[in-house]
Amino acid sequence: MSAITPPRSSTSPLHKLRSATGTRRIFIHTVLIGVAIVMLYPLMWMLSSSLKPDTEIFTHPGLIPTALRPENYSEGWSGSGNSFSLYITNSLIVTIGAVIGNVISCSLAAYAFARFEFRGKKIWFGLMLGTLMLPTQAVLIPQYTIFYNLTWINTFLPLIVPKFLAVDAFFIFLMVQFIRSIPRELDQAAMVDGANPWKIYWRIILPLMKPALITTTIFTFIWTYDDFLHQLVYLQQNDKFTVPLGLTLFLDQTSGSSYGAMFAMSTLALLPTLICFLIFQKRLVEGMATSGMKG
Amino acid sequence: MTTAQTGEVVKEPSAPATPSDQRERDRMRRRLARRRGGGWWPYLFLAPWFVGLFGLTIYPMLDSLYLSFTNFDLLTPAQWVGMDNYDRMFTDDPVFWDSVHATLVYVVVSVPLKLALALAVAMLLNRDLRGIGLYRAAFYLPSLLGGAVAIAIVWRQVFGGEGLFNDFLGWFGLNTGQDWISSPDTALYTLVLLAVWQFGTPMVIFLAGLKQLPKDVFEAAAIDGAGAVTRFFKITLPLLTPIVFFNVVLQIIDAFKTFTPAFVISNGSGGPLNSTMLYSLYLYKKGFTDLQMGYASALAWVLFLVIALFTAVNFIASRYWVHYDD
Repeated sequence: MSAITPPRSSTSPLHKLRSATGTRRIFIHTVLIGVAIVMLYPLMWMLSSSLKPDTEIFTHPGLIPTALRPENYSEGWSGSGNSFSLYITNSLIVTIGAVIGNVISCSLAAYAFARFEFRGKKIWFGLMLGTLMLPTQAVLIPQYTIFYNLTWINTFLPLIVPKFLAVDAFFIFLMVQFIRSIPRELDQAAMVDGANPWKIYWRIILPLMKPALITTTIFTFIWTYDDFLHQLVYLQQNDKFTVPLGLTLFLDQTSGSSYGAMFAMSTLALLPTLICFLIFQKRLVEGMATSGMKG
Repeated sequence: MTTAQTGEVVKEPSAPATPSDQRERDRMRRRLARRRGGGWWPYLFLAPWFVGLFGLTIYPMLDSLYLSFTNFDLLTPAQWVGMDNYDRMFTDDPVFWDSVHATLVYVVVSVPLKLALALAVAMLLNRDLRGIGLYRAAFYLPSLLGGAVAIAIVWRQVFGGEGLFNDFLGWFGLNTGQDWISSPDTALYTLVLLAVWQFGTPMVIFLAGLKQLPKDVFEAAAIDGAGAVTRFFKITLPLLTPIVFFNVVLQIIDAFKTFTPAFVISNGSGGPLNSTMLYSLYLYKKGFTDLQMGYASALAWVLFLVIALFTAVNFIASRYWVHYDD
């Protein structure tokens, strides 16, 4: 933003540039609505297919079913080995554990990076940023052998414990940026009053960084919930399966069996993310923009 | 005078500090400085991260380097085989080359398309429009859902022989009834389309960048008679290069890691004819289906080096095309 913006008059070239004429405006809206329909159509198709009888899914391409078949949901719910309620419970355990882990461990690390000077800080900080770029696939095999030796395979521990060790550097980075925007005077005032760093973290920084913690919570929730690869690797028996793994069970059966049920469960599987999106839409979009920008 | 007679010291705000005050203040300042350095406090706060860094990143990286020179099936001790895994990869494993091919095509086609679309839509959204929030949300949603198995399942059906995509082609009389998923020529491109569909994240970042551009430059150019196209190529794009760069680096790394849609769409096989065998999927299959952990470790190290190489080349090349203001 430039500091001085001259008042806009309707004749200024900038005005013409910014607020387009009526027809141009309509043109832009038309293009954007067109793009929006293409973007959302597959999702609407999934929703409508989830309510259609199998025979209609591929023969009646329209979005409005001629016959409703809500039984797809009840059949899908109980139809893939275990009941879907088990998969949802398992997913909840994993995601809630991951959220708690990330919020605690990442905020601790971020506070240290944002507020202290210590030996090698630049190097440690650089390493932290480096792990941001490291693809998880590069450490997947040795991490698996570690958890194998700990006999943690087919438990939720490999999916939760690492989050308590601040492995998601993205959130540390996000929180460091946020803490830097909190005035240091607040810490110093508390320090003069005799508060130790732990109290400053707990009583001042943590309450003030609520927006960053909420962003972390939402993204950790969604990304962990959708993290198919790690769940596929670590969870081996049906009764430990999470929602994404439960969904893949439909894939093996589909030839012949119910497509409607598969779409019904796919719709349900997306529901938590969709609800998060609808509630926190603005924060999600802006969180993505600012965390990307501050780099 | 009376106070002096009774021997009391009156402290006025402006009075010069007594030596003891001075000492007290120095002590406080030293204490603040020490607190800032923090002694062992920062290490305490960083303790979980240190454990994670060494236990789950640095040690595994080294362990994986060691394993990559061994045969290891997880159940029996690893056997040292020297360069065998790497030899086999480059000279004796056609599937490896299939996966390299699929991955490179995927990265090279999807990343530019995705970024171009993201920038184009961001340009359209960068004005005072009614309902701009709704548009942003609608375009961002697919990116947020992107990694979900459910989306990959939907995609598989959309591009199947009787799916939505063929219906769409039918409107233009182009429906040949082809099954895009089971044809080796097109299966990979359904994955590319899925990636392009998820242009929301870079779009949001572009949009934030566009909002930061100085308006007066555009105004001056418009007064000088520069048209929209000239303004875009001479002003917008050069000023935006740091953000373009940021998005390029991020999206390339992301594309290399793609796993879920390739797994779901091919039912875990990478088929037809290895056309959707993205590198991550091949690594998974070698490690966890075939239990060739040593070979998979070698694959992982090659992936790590290739991504590091791409990123390094990106950073070096950026000197020639990224313009920083300050």
